[in-house]
Amino acid sequence: MAIDKRLASAAEALADVADGASVMISGFGGAGFPNVLLRALREAGPRGLTLIVNSATHRFSRTHELIEAGQVRRVICTAARGHEATLSPFERLLKEGRIELECVPQGTFSERVRAGGAGIPAFYTPVGVGTPLAVDKETRVFDGRVHVLEHAIRADVALIRADRADRYGNLAFRYAQANFGPAMATAARVTVAEVRAFEDAPLAHTEIQLPGVFVRRVVAVGDAR
Amino acid sequence: MSKLTRKQMAWRAAQDIADGWVVNLGIGIPVLAADYLPPGRDVFIQSENGIIGCGPVAAADRADPDLVDAGSRRVTLRPGASIVESVASFAMIRGGHVDLTILGSFEVAANGDMANWDSGVPDKGPLVGGAMDLAACARAVWVVMEHTTRAGAPRLLRACRLPLTAPRCVRRVFTDLAVIDVTEAGFLVREIVPGLSREALQARTEAPLSFAADCRTLNPPALDGGG
Repeated sequence: MAIDKRLASAAEALADVADGASVMISGFGGAGFPNVLLRALREAGPRGLTLIVNSATHRFSRTHELIEAGQVRRVICTAARGHEATLSPFERLLKEGRIELECVPQGTFSERVRAGGAGIPAFYTPVGVGTPLAVDKETRVFDGRVHVLEHAIRADVALIRADRADRYGNLAFRYAQANFGPAMATAARVTVAEVRAFEDAPLAHTEIQLPGVFVRRVVAVGDAR
Repeated sequence: MSKLTRKQMAWRAAQDIADGWVVNLGIGIPVLAADYLPPGRDVFIQSENGIIGCGPVAAADRADPDLVDAGSRRVTLRPGASIVESVASFAMIRGGHVDLTILGSFEVAANGDMANWDSGVPDKGPLVGGAMDLAACARAVWVVMEHTTRAGAPRLLRACRLPLTAPRCVRRVFTDLAVIDVTEAGFLVREIVPGLSREALQARTEAPLSFAADCRTLNPPALDGGG
């Protein structure tokens, strides 16, 4: 049967996300947030989720809505700072011990995801050595410099945003939209991409920034963010 | 004594950026340095979300929500710019392909230790972003920060009190009062604002200062907008 990864709705694309699932979420600074999928995940309502996301609190992302709705048990991220002097809902949950947080340097975060998708179980990096983020981690000296062992991250689902998709799930991004998306797509069992538009004809190889082999489902959502 | 404004601090740091460098600028004062590069210096501004060659902030009618820098500012691209995914951006940083990063900081110690990610406010969520990757791996790390806290406490210390971003990484510090190198022997003052004595600068600094034999007056141009 001819491959066709296009689905009609975000709800359909996320129907099988179970309680306790681990979910990668792309996006940086307003570019590449899969906000339509995030809203659909909130409405679908699975609980006990682990989120792997660069920022848990970015204003333009709907990640924080999942957290505020009590659907999230654990977050692996590089930023979780609220924007006000008073505590954000996430910071209150953290203080009350109702959510777990693992804070990771951003390059280590992206490389752990890359490793997860590339069949590399762990790697050494000099980043974080001498800081609280490397406490209790294995270290080893290479070329006279201490490095810390960091483990790969995989997930059940990755939610990413791109500009265009074809029936094969091949994706093209706009400007800085890709950020964590391609790595997350490789590291998840099921990758769901929301895109601005479907293309009827297959994308040209020069346009494809993420091959559809890493993408299971695509949903067209227009300009909605 | 005339303290430097934020723009003047950014201007001063920009004067030391060499032609041809790839430079990552942190949020706050450092990103302002891009506006004050001396004419004729061809520099690529790298942003850790994957832009290699950020141009100025976009005019409102040209701003694109998909074209943002690491500070979430809607920016433009310079000629020859490219955009990569986060994995490649941090490979560039860790792999030593970024010549310089200029970062803001809370504290810098005389041995070059930097603390810029955790200000110690209770119960606030952590925010590390790309700071540790840049501090540990950029080929040079400079800091731009006010010489003291708002309460007047020194930021240039014998040892950092806040959690480190990276050990022994800072090479040069630009404050509102001085330009200071981090050397094997500790802080070495290269420039000092007019009207401030060496003793008065030392009184605002916890760690001992040495002064370069050719220590100069730090005299930036007046820049529009003061702040």
